[in-house]
Amino acid sequence: MMGSAFVQLSLTPILIGVLSAIACALPGNFLILRRQALIGDAISHVVLPGIVVAFLITGATASMSMLLGAAGAAVVAVLLIEAIKRLGRIEPGAAMGVAFTSMFAAGVLLLEQSDTSTVHLDVEHALMGNLESLIWFKARGWESLFDPAALAGLPPELPRIAAVALLMVLLMLVFWRPLKLSTFDEGFAGTVGVPTGLMGFALVVAAAVAAVAAFDAVGSIIVIAMFICPPAAARLMTNRLEVQILWSVVFASLSAVLGYVLAGYGPLWFGADHAVSAAGMIAAVSGVILAVACVAAPHRTRLGAPKDAG
Amino acid sequence: MTMVDTFLTALMLQAGYNAALVALGAGLLGIAAGAGGTFLFLRKRALVSDAVAHATLPGVGIAFIVMVLLGGDGRSLPGLLLGSAISATIGLLLVEWVARRTRLAEDAAIGAVLSVFFGIGIVLLTVIQTMSRGKQAGLESFLLGSTAGMLYQDAVVIAVGGGLALLAVLLLRRPMTLVAFDPEYAAARGLEVRLIDLAMMGLVLGVTVIGLKIVGLILIVAMLIIPAVTARFWTDRTEHVVLVAGALGGVSGYLGAALSASAPGIPTGPIIVLVAFGLFLLSLFLAPKRGVLAALLRHRRFQLRVHRRQGLLALAHGEAVLDPLTIRVLRRDGMIRGDLVPTEAGRARAAKALRDERRWEIARKIHQDEAIHGRYDGLTPIETVLTRDEIAEIDRRIGRPVVAGGAA
Repeated sequence: MMGSAFVQLSLTPILIGVLSAIACALPGNFLILRRQALIGDAISHVVLPGIVVAFLITGATASMSMLLGAAGAAVVAVLLIEAIKRLGRIEPGAAMGVAFTSMFAAGVLLLEQSDTSTVHLDVEHALMGNLESLIWFKARGWESLFDPAALAGLPPELPRIAAVALLMVLLMLVFWRPLKLSTFDEGFAGTVGVPTGLMGFALVVAAAVAAVAAFDAVGSIIVIAMFICPPAAARLMTNRLEVQILWSVVFASLSAVLGYVLAGYGPLWFGADHAVSAAGMIAAVSGVILAVACVAAPHRTRLGAPKDAG
Repeated sequence: MTMVDTFLTALMLQAGYNAALVALGAGLLGIAAGAGGTFLFLRKRALVSDAVAHATLPGVGIAFIVMVLLGGDGRSLPGLLLGSAISATIGLLLVEWVARRTRLAEDAAIGAVLSVFFGIGIVLLTVIQTMSRGKQAGLESFLLGSTAGMLYQDAVVIAVGGGLALLAVLLLRRPMTLVAFDPEYAAARGLEVRLIDLAMMGLVLGVTVIGLKIVGLILIVAMLIIPAVTARFWTDRTEHVVLVAGALGGVSGYLGAALSASAPGIPTGPIIVLVAFGLFLLSLFLAPKRGVLAALLRHRRFQLRVHRRQGLLALAHGEAVLDPLTIRVLRRDGMIRGDLVPTEAGRARAAKALRDERRWEIARKIHQDEAIHGRYDGLTPIETVLTRDEIAEIDRRIGRPVVAGGAA
């Protein structure tokens, strides 16, 4: 299992899965604390129309235009949600529900109407991802890691998601103080000069970038699992933000590796001869981790709540 | 036949018995979803329905597998819907449990349940694809809805289900309105708030399950939210919101299903949702009180009033009017001539504006209370706030009227 077949077939999907999970979990930590967890939900839905429009304009699936298209769609969605909230005096949850379902519906309709048969862009792929297909054809074994010719044949999704994951880490480190301040005490952050509105908007855009990059690998809906489950489980482990973020990275990586292995090899142990959806399994594993955290994690109850609160 | 013809035929229920049943079912479901969703929206729990909807997928998969293992076809719609209802209930209970028993907020619980259940559902779908009977299962149609090639008995299930959901809304509308608005008052009146909340979620669950085949589980939440939000633009009264939302939902469902009958390649769900969104956009711009257009007009009228008043006061003080908009307003009203000299009417109105301003000044000194003080915005004529006697008293303090503009 650890030989050349592993390097060729499983190494890159696992790496891509882990990096996607981490890239989404990092902004997810702040979204959860700001009670904006469902922004991740909304973003992952509007990624689809963004990508379809980018494809219709450029006629190709170049990663840069897709990224811009999806980020643009996320900005449009945020503006639309704000407009609905302000103009109609509608509560945020419902405003979000109107905006993202409509944009998703438009994306599906555009996709079905346009000819995308030459590229792998279809609704099912958009929903479920295709982690399993991101294999490293040119690899001959572990030694290929040092072979420039083989490295050139890496699936382009890997460097892309690696760059985005790195970007998320850098952004978080650079903006650590204002981000933390505006997340925990927006009023205080405002008085010491943190542009809280801008911080919130930037966080949403960063989450959108992570969602787009991860979208290729795990599909639009399961991106939500990575935004929410690892940070939510981590939130139940500790009261310190730094520790919570480390836990979320651990949980995200664990979900990705375990999920991929279970999806690929699990059915074989039960005598079946086909693998199941890796992206779905990753989401399921992250759910199991969250479930365990909900019943056993040290900080699972609200502060000051009695032990047997109903 | 062109697409328009097909659409019109479907709209008139002439496109075949099944299509007519589906359109009727979608219409009934739309009414039930719009009206039922209103209560959810008023209770500020709109997105809980998203978790419920996504949580149906594992149930559909398991029901299919179980029915095949029992030797059946696996595609029986009532069986699949039963499975989806069971797993959606589990999802709903989990959302409530997590939000109540852990420190996680409800939105995190919704997102977690939604994505994890969907993930499990996708895993089950890939399992089903590898089963010998699974190749033609067509369970993917539950994701985005599909009414093309629907069986007669399925169409009946949907039409009857839509009717039942509507009936439930009619029976429960009073207690649900009360609870949505003021749960404490409802409890004081002796209503079981928890029970009614449960009934509301049950209704949402029912709408979701019946809507699976038509709208699909990803977009059914739109049928619950968009009509309610749209209706909110047209009226402020709850019972009217429910009615309008039901009507909007019904129109969206019916029109969408008819449109989809004329374009069989396209999933039904997105079309219905986009029809609903189109109605929403129309309302956003055109609604009489809360619409964007009405707000713009209101703002413009306010702006003109301010300019008219300030212009008249400037005339009264004998100052030159410089602002272009003010000049336009005054000229249009015949208050000033082309060379900016006040007309006779303008002088009279200016004097009245000045007097009104003086009266306000005194009135605010006499009535320091908020009721009068707070009404001063520099625009409201004092006659609309104080009685004639009070004004006479103020005038006595001001003294004799003087001719405005300084001229004799």
